[in-house]
Amino acid sequence: MRIGLDVSSMQHFRWRDYAVRFVFGGIVTALVGLIARRYGPGVAGLFLAFPAIFPAGATLIEKQQREKKRRAGLDGTSRGRVAAGIDAVGAAMGTLGLIAFAILIWRFLPSHSGPAILTVAGLAWLAISVLAWRIRKAMKKLKAARRQKIT
Amino acid sequence: MDELIFRFLIGGTLVSAFALVGDAVRPKSFAGLFGAAPSIALATLGLTVATKGRDYAAIEARSMIAGAIAFFIYALIVSKVMLRYKPPALVATSALMLVWLATAFGLWFVWVR
Repeated sequence: MRIGLDVSSMQHFRWRDYAVRFVFGGIVTALVGLIARRYGPGVAGLFLAFPAIFPAGATLIEKQQREKKRRAGLDGTSRGRVAAGIDAVGAAMGTLGLIAFAILIWRFLPSHSGPAILTVAGLAWLAISVLAWRIRKAMKKLKAARRQKIT
Repeated sequence: MDELIFRFLIGGTLVSAFALVGDAVRPKSFAGLFGAAPSIALATLGLTVATKGRDYAAIEARSMIAGAIAFFIYALIVSKVMLRYKPPALVATSALMLVWLATAFGLWFVWVR
């Protein structure tokens, strides 16, 4: 399947869903500041990769898929949960980019310009995440082809 | 107090922006990448560089490596549980948060501290 934009998904755009993510994201970012003040940057840094909005996102995907199937006259509960599981696989690939992002900032921020390193690290997150996702897809395809050859 | 409100607004905006992109891209497993976008990290590190300096932000980034490894393990376990047992997403993702906490603080205690 090719990577692309699905503008039709925006038809189901709901402010409430984004408001929830805004509030969660805002609270965690503010909390990281408080933790840094109380316990120092060593502990606060852990929470820069805290999956704060992950449960909200997964629940939303589950709900959207379930409703889609229900509109087609099917139950959709199981399909919604599988969709949330597939989303989590993608998130796992994204965390590989997140590890690279953190390493780049840790190693290069003290000696380089802040905005430049943050930009490079952000781009590295995207590149490594996409690469990891593509490698996983290719491996899955290869495995399926091998299995087909055997049978 | 002003700083906290500013953090809240910047963090909320970046998280929503990445979520918006994640909702618009396909296929679903690719959209999942945006569930692990560095939205909170970008907001926090940007503010930290501006207020406390680059060295302080680098210390946060070092610990973030442990948090990100913990996130990887957490997301893998969530996907396995969701695909095999199909529990409600909120139950699985919330209960398994303990995995993230244990891994992140375990790594921090052994390696970062």
